[in-house]
Amino acid sequence: MGADGRRGRWATAGWYAALTALAVIVLFPAWMTLVRAVSRPRSYLEAGQPPWPVDVQWDVFGRAFSDGDLGRKFLVSGVMTLCIVAAQLVTSVLAAYAFAFLRFPFRRLLFVVFMATLTLPIEVTLIPNVQTVQSLGWLNSYPGLVAPFLATAFGTFLLRQAFLGVPRDLLDASQLDGFGHLAFLHRVVLPVTRPVVASFGVIAFLAAWNQYTWPRAVVTEGDWETVQIGLQTLSNAGAERGNLAYAAALLAAVPVLVLLVVLQRHLVRGLTTGAVKG
Amino acid sequence: MTRRRREALLGYALLVPSAAVFATFFFIPLVRLVTTGLHQQNRTGTAERAVGWSRFGEVLTSHDFLDGVRISATYVLYTVPVGVVLGVLLAVAADRRLRGMAVFRAIFSSTVATSAAVASVVFLVLLNPQIGYFSSIDAFSLSDPDTALRGVALSSVWQNLGLTFVIVLAALQAVPDEVREAATLDGYGPVRRLFRVTLPLISPALAFLAVVLVIFALQAFAQVDILTDGGPVGATETLVFKIFNSQQPIDQGTGAIMAIGLFGITLVVSLVQFVLLDRRVHHGR
Repeated sequence: MGADGRRGRWATAGWYAALTALAVIVLFPAWMTLVRAVSRPRSYLEAGQPPWPVDVQWDVFGRAFSDGDLGRKFLVSGVMTLCIVAAQLVTSVLAAYAFAFLRFPFRRLLFVVFMATLTLPIEVTLIPNVQTVQSLGWLNSYPGLVAPFLATAFGTFLLRQAFLGVPRDLLDASQLDGFGHLAFLHRVVLPVTRPVVASFGVIAFLAAWNQYTWPRAVVTEGDWETVQIGLQTLSNAGAERGNLAYAAALLAAVPVLVLLVVLQRHLVRGLTTGAVKG
Repeated sequence: MTRRRREALLGYALLVPSAAVFATFFFIPLVRLVTTGLHQQNRTGTAERAVGWSRFGEVLTSHDFLDGVRISATYVLYTVPVGVVLGVLLAVAADRRLRGMAVFRAIFSSTVATSAAVASVVFLVLLNPQIGYFSSIDAFSLSDPDTALRGVALSSVWQNLGLTFVIVLAALQAVPDEVREAATLDGYGPVRRLFRVTLPLISPALAFLAVVLVIFALQAFAQVDILTDGGPVGATETLVFKIFNSQQPIDQGTGAIMAIGLFGITLVVSLVQFVLLDRRVHHGR
């Protein structure tokens, strides 16, 4: 018994050591980014680039907003993200309801056509889509940033699966009570499937906030850069502004980090059902 | 109007918003890729002439396209196996009852909060050829054509850690305790239990994860754009990078055909993903 207990304690200590080592490895890149962001560049290089901050200048985060115009980029990212999430929730809920509860000709075929868009990443249709947005005069604008993402087959699929779990008897009962389909959707289906809807919303937020390729293609003016695109501009703006890029990278992760903490359960559920590109 | 008619009309009406977006930004552009590929524009995009289907064969067998395919495929090889293995490693380490485990789990999943652009800037800190913390490590040097893609891949691997950890941990926690106890009673040690019992049981989740990572790798653009801009000497020009940089009128025909090539590749991977996703949602948690 005593030997077993001792072995257990050693095993526990071993696991803590392994977990701590892994945690250090995972956090190291982000830690070094913080170190580089707050260290005065010249002093840091002269000190031989240690893994801790040198000659700390906390105002770098403020300068990311003043010199790096990060406030405007947060605004653009924020408005873009909220528009995309709101639109995707509406279009996906409506389409999912149709596929789950309504009978109409070609329903199966239309579902397959919808799902086919899952095989078409924005990278494939990038050139013609930029042409479309350009011909509409939507380069450097919110409509241009959000238009291709106002609907999503992923959301339709996820919500349809959830809606199918709602017993059809409830629909018949609510119709006997004189409620129409939209009332049934609003009063029964959405309240019952709220966890899935919330998970999808979180995932949609994550994907929209983090997207890069599309904004990079339709934004040509600094004024319309999202936070993510601003990171590219700042990181290419020379050594002097390097610090601002590092600080901005840390700040860009903050909204998602907050979301991660507040809505952890939803995020995990969403991520494990279907991953998104960030 | 009969009830059935009304129901059908409502059904179509609810699909219209999504259908309009899909038509405008998915299906019509797909057709336009073909017509763009069949034409050659002049430098300013003011005139074009038909070049015919032979252009498709030429582009899809060109050095430029095949190079992009090779680099994208290499990127998949650099990011996917390592990603799955590290996800399993982190999840197995965190899948036990210890005090303070919530903290470790939060740390391991933390890179979920990073975007491709954030991860790229973070790895610029580490790998910048002049002032990066690890700039003296040759194996991941961004300034050497032979190793630059590995350096870029490193940022993707780190960025994906959170997601892979979350997915594998969720799969591990879904394995019933009785299964592990039975394996232990059968005299299996922890290592043999992991490889003979647990990993085979969560293999559907691992397959799903692998396909997701393949799709991520095929779409990777921010990493290349920020870390190397395709260089040195084109060594990190993935297929998506080439497509992105063919937006000038004179390049659009070639770019469109490359995009169709990328579509073919993604299509195969996506079909596998769809089957896995379908199975997970039907039979999974």
